[in-house]
Amino acid sequence: MIRKLLASALLLAALPAAGQDLKSFEAKTTVHVLKNGWTFILVERPEAPVFSFYTVADVGSAQEVPGITGLAHMFEHMAFKGTQSIGTTNYAEEKKAIDAQEAAYQAYQAARLAPKADPKRVEELFKTFKAREAETEKYVVKNEFDDIVTREGGVGLNAFTSADETGFFYSLPANKTELFAFLESERFYRPVFREFYRERDVVFEERRQRTESTPIGRMVEQFVSTSFMAHPYHHPTIGYASDLQSFTLTDAESFFRANYAPANLVTAVVGDIHTQEIIPILERYFGRIPARPKPQPLRTIEPPQVAEKTVVIEDPAQPFYLEAYHKPASTDPDQAVYEAIDDILSSGHTSRFYRTLVRDQKLAVQVQSFSGFPGQKYPNLWAVLAVPAVGVTNEKVQTVLHAEIARLQKEDVSDEELGRFKTRAKARLVRSLGDNEGIASQLAEYQRLYGDWRELFRETDRLDRVSKADIRRVASQALQKSNRTVTMITTAKGGADAPQGR
Amino acid sequence: MMGDTITMQRGRLFLLLPLLLLALVARPGAAAAQAASAGQLHYPPIPAQRIPQPERVVLDNGMVVMLLEDHELPLVEATALVHAGSRLDPAEKTGLGDLTADVMRSGGTAKLSSDQLDDFLEGKAARIDAQTTDDYGRISMSSLKADFPQVLSVFADVLRHPAFAENRLAVAKNQAMAGVARQNDDPQDIIFREFKRVAYGKESPYGRTPTFASLGSIKRADLVAWHQSHFHPDRIVLGLVGDFKRDEALKLVRAAFGDWPRGPGGKDADVPYRTTPAPGVYYVEKNDVTQSNIVMGGLGVVRNSPEYYALEVVNQVLSGSFASRLFGIRSQKGLAYTVFGQVGSEWDHPGLIFLYISTKTQTTGASIDALLEEARRMTSAPPTEEEVAKGKQALLNSFIFQADSKRKILSHQLTYEFFGYPLDWLTRYRAGVEAVTAAQVRAAAAKYLHPEQFAIVVVGPAKGTDKPLSAYGTVTPIDVTIARPTPGRQ
Repeated sequence: MIRKLLASALLLAALPAAGQDLKSFEAKTTVHVLKNGWTFILVERPEAPVFSFYTVADVGSAQEVPGITGLAHMFEHMAFKGTQSIGTTNYAEEKKAIDAQEAAYQAYQAARLAPKADPKRVEELFKTFKAREAETEKYVVKNEFDDIVTREGGVGLNAFTSADETGFFYSLPANKTELFAFLESERFYRPVFREFYRERDVVFEERRQRTESTPIGRMVEQFVSTSFMAHPYHHPTIGYASDLQSFTLTDAESFFRANYAPANLVTAVVGDIHTQEIIPILERYFGRIPARPKPQPLRTIEPPQVAEKTVVIEDPAQPFYLEAYHKPASTDPDQAVYEAIDDILSSGHTSRFYRTLVRDQKLAVQVQSFSGFPGQKYPNLWAVLAVPAVGVTNEKVQTVLHAEIARLQKEDVSDEELGRFKTRAKARLVRSLGDNEGIASQLAEYQRLYGDWRELFRETDRLDRVSKADIRRVASQALQKSNRTVTMITTAKGGADAPQGR
Repeated sequence: MMGDTITMQRGRLFLLLPLLLLALVARPGAAAAQAASAGQLHYPPIPAQRIPQPERVVLDNGMVVMLLEDHELPLVEATALVHAGSRLDPAEKTGLGDLTADVMRSGGTAKLSSDQLDDFLEGKAARIDAQTTDDYGRISMSSLKADFPQVLSVFADVLRHPAFAENRLAVAKNQAMAGVARQNDDPQDIIFREFKRVAYGKESPYGRTPTFASLGSIKRADLVAWHQSHFHPDRIVLGLVGDFKRDEALKLVRAAFGDWPRGPGGKDADVPYRTTPAPGVYYVEKNDVTQSNIVMGGLGVVRNSPEYYALEVVNQVLSGSFASRLFGIRSQKGLAYTVFGQVGSEWDHPGLIFLYISTKTQTTGASIDALLEEARRMTSAPPTEEEVAKGKQALLNSFIFQADSKRKILSHQLTYEFFGYPLDWLTRYRAGVEAVTAAQVRAAAAKYLHPEQFAIVVVGPAKGTDKPLSAYGTVTPIDVTIARPTPGRQ
């Protein structure tokens, strides 16, 4: 019975879902590129009188170098601090105060980082800096940017930074397209980095919270920096502690100028909008920003890994096991094959990892593989994270995991497995098109990565073409010991009281 | 700067003219020049929004069914809310409700073995998910339109005829035990668990969490008994939203659930919780982190409280956005990345009042002081007319997002129905917020925010703080050592 049901499921899934194919989406989607290079994707979706936007800047922590790690993320925070017209009582005076603050900070920093720092002098200069900082605060209208968005009914106001990109988004009632255009153009037209050094403290707290105070945070930092020796994916997006105490407002401004050229930005606007009405508004507001050259492409390519690397963290926490293999950038044609491998190994209760490690051998309680870490734009990693069951060692999990990978290299996957993967990929696309936020983020992301939002819809075709031979080929080529980095947490003595002996 | 802008626009005027004209025609009154500040913007009225109402049908066996068609995507979702929350767990078997929901889904049905069920669903890219919250069990399904009849029938079997396969119970217990073993690894897990325990009381089901012993004692027979006592059609509200025709969907629902006999009826036992404040400091030592996690507060209100709408505005002033009072501890003092709080409410029992912050060890005292100060200021420097107006404006302007998809609308209605709230609660909400006065907001803040009665829970390193915790009251250490499983549990 099951086999018959399966066959009919495959047949049904092969039919395109009405209204969700590329052609019907193209009919309601317009791409508008401003003269300064800023790309807008506009989708009319009048389901409710609201709209969402999602702006993605093609810059992330991979654009940083040692000394300024964390700066891409710092700009994300600064983008909430207002502009020359938002968040100030008097910009002309404020600017003088900020300049004086920066001069004082530079003097303090030079004394602090000098080879033979004089603690007394450093202390004096620090006091001067704090006094100048206090001067700047007189002009600040606290959190005015957020205040406007919230008051006008905006929801979901937030942003993120990754190794590849920086994203900004929220949703507004449909009658506020001009507010969107005003606020979002201001942000990238004439941002003011006010309260910079206080916000740097906030970011340091974010590092303490996310990276230093959770076992996964501690592990992932070691994992990423061990996996990459040359490419800037090596350093943490949140930044090193020392850099978070050292990069300056001047650094931030030059980073912004270099990386936030309008041509480096894509915005998708989805919802109850009228394309012909919104385009002139976009021209009027976003068109104010002068064109600047796009940043130079990165030069460093991660050299091939020649030996397995293993990091063992003795930690008070319970064990975790993570292993990863280098793979091409996510725009590579083989990306579809990695997606198939992920699905077959770890998606749902029919996956191989679930059935062997969780259901039958009960060595792990969760096993998840993923690709495109820590970014997608440059060659990246395919990784597996396993959560061992109580009292089970990482080594036991590793042995079974490697047996499953070897099986993928030696034997073809089954028709059912491959069919399930393709069916799920199609359904996933349909499910992802049910809300403005989701549509906006996907279209902007595909536009950024591939230069064409349509690739979102073409992806199902790419996944559909994956063959059994492809899976064996990629598994055999890439999933090799010398290409592997293993990171694990083993529970240190005196750690949490966990029962042993299964 | 303005000069730049004008030149740029002039340079492009020719190109833009037709488009600008279009805009002017389409939107009379829209200024062609850009605004210099947000205050200069004028918004056209928002189009009137008709909130579609789901249809409510009661089956003969007492099951309430709510349906709302949504033809945008070829998908159908169904959600059953069941009066089977974990608050009904017997104390010595804490975790039973969770395990039952988990194994209802994973353990197969009378017709399909657990593996067959997995193969069937995943082959169709369909899902059935089962979870348990404090207050209810939630079993849901999602499928492509074409598969809906078949998946609904399997969904009904999961609800009515779960097989509870022993092997999947073993897997589920394994997973739950791993959760217990790991429950002290992340400070945020610890702090909210322990705060709930302090606020609702150790003996309250709202304060209990599974242990190795409670999980170890749970047998398949317990799951069967749990299912038999709680899963009856008259204890379930079922909602359907998606690409179906009302008549056809209702026919399928009747076929799947119509012959399910009504349960014995009767009321569930009251769920006890402490009703007095628990002032003092409660401390969990954790030395492998660089921050202190701090929560302070106590019990809040039930959502049908007359002060609920005023409290919504209080929450907006206190912590509703990045521009709210608590956020100043982050943006002006630089003490934290995460800081938030609220006078919380639940549908049928009091929610939690809490203020939360995580801060570096060296500013633990400064952060406790800052939270206490903000709590006090809600009375000593009560919400101003402007803050209240802004808070109301934010709630009313964003109201539209409560009902911007049919899925959301159905989910709201299902909740109102389940907890016995009027079905026009959403419309009442809007009117309720509109009617709130500044005096009511101040009175509500003064009534509920009493920092001297707060329980203060701190998780963090013992050394390196700026101030001893004893400065804030009697310190009760909380021992979070995980009790080992009783020998021979397996």
